[in-house]
Amino acid sequence: MKKILILLILCPCLVYAQDDLLAELEKDTDKDIEYTFATFKGTRLANGHTTETKNAGSLEFIFAHRFGAINGGWYEMYGLDEALVRLGLDYGITDRISFSIGRNSFDKTLDSYVKLKVLRQSTGAKNFPISMTVLLGGAYRFEPKKNSTISDDFKNVDRLSYTGQLLLARKFSTNISFQLMPTIVHKNAVVESQEEHDQVALGFGGRIKLTKSVAITTEYYYNFSEKENSPYFNPLAFGIDIETGGHVFQLVLTNAVGLTERAFITETRDDFFDGDIHFGFNVTRTFQLKKNK
Amino acid sequence: MIRILSLAIILLPINAFSQKRYFSEKSSITFFSEGVIEEIKASNTKVTSIFDLASGDVAYLLSQKDFQFDKKLMQVHFNEKYMESEKYPKSSFQGKISGFDASNTQLQQVKAKGKLTIHGVTRDIDVPGTLQIEGNTVSLRSKFMVKLEDYNIKVPQIVWQNIAQQVEVTVQFLYRPVTN
Repeated sequence: MKKILILLILCPCLVYAQDDLLAELEKDTDKDIEYTFATFKGTRLANGHTTETKNAGSLEFIFAHRFGAINGGWYEMYGLDEALVRLGLDYGITDRISFSIGRNSFDKTLDSYVKLKVLRQSTGAKNFPISMTVLLGGAYRFEPKKNSTISDDFKNVDRLSYTGQLLLARKFSTNISFQLMPTIVHKNAVVESQEEHDQVALGFGGRIKLTKSVAITTEYYYNFSEKENSPYFNPLAFGIDIETGGHVFQLVLTNAVGLTERAFITETRDDFFDGDIHFGFNVTRTFQLKKNK
Repeated sequence: MIRILSLAIILLPINAFSQKRYFSEKSSITFFSEGVIEEIKASNTKVTSIFDLASGDVAYLLSQKDFQFDKKLMQVHFNEKYMESEKYPKSSFQGKISGFDASNTQLQQVKAKGKLTIHGVTRDIDVPGTLQIEGNTVSLRSKFMVKLEDYNIKVPQIVWQNIAQQVEVTVQFLYRPVTN
């Protein structure tokens, strides 16, 4: 009887001594900071940006099309007869700073911006609820060719506009991410009866992953500075993201056709709810120029 | 009789804790697979491991996100799409090394038998390797194949690159005695 009792006492000791190696290792690793990754698939949500930046040494080539309005009917091939194009390059200088340059055929615009990933959502040793990226950009329109086409005192500097944006995102789960985008757009020249020089907008949007490679997205910007007689509308977009290795295909339906912040936030002429919807896509290809260290 | 037994009660736990524990000083787990367009390889040097030279017990633990790829985008896809690292952040092995003599300083062929956990799936494996004792360090090496389907790792159909259905895993540890 005693022997059995002793055996019972000893057994847990022996078992414990054998099985605790992994438990011991697990104890040590609880202190790590886990940074949230892949909040969005691409650097664009639909028309505008996401908190994502390119990683150090990687270059993304992006080409985007916005076709004519679908309600143009058969004569316009439902919008496919015409297209506005943006070609761009985004380069990751570090994992948190990226630089971009692009050309949009809307108003023949040359644009450039930097994106700084300031805060990263994390769990574990450090809990932080959101990611924050700051975007600062400028755009120069080459259209019209001659300043005098607009007015006699129109100067080259009047072709410039600037964008400042805070991108605030939270990945709620593996499949659901949401983003808020307070934005300010400054335009050096406006038709003053219709528009302000400084326009403040708030964007919001998000994505829901349907499978590991496919997600649906939406994005809307509300312009607070819109004047009563403004001919412009707020841009709304719905999209599908499809990711295949180094490519991301984003198919969108939107009322905006421009692909710089000035163009789509402050100068969207079509009304989504009047049926002036445009099909468009963004296709990106990422090239790793420098090896990850 | 009771004296002997009570002595055993006192001694056995002590014996259990006075094992020859070694902790990994340098570690690396790499994997490699030949793809049609490009090869896929990554290495993790933040693996932690404990080895008990007396009993042969061994365990290692790693964070999936610590695997470093040459291409950062590949690393994101590895974590997001294949390993589902948010759901299954860790991989581990726990088992026993057998077939070695703790007093031999030659390179010894050994076997590792135990439970390998990847992507939330635990399977019994039995793989060959080598063990070498040099001074107060012990090194363990092993190379084996892991089939993706064994661990329920699915490759999305939409992926263009042809990703191999099995990968070659190389494990290397250098251990030093636990000092405390």
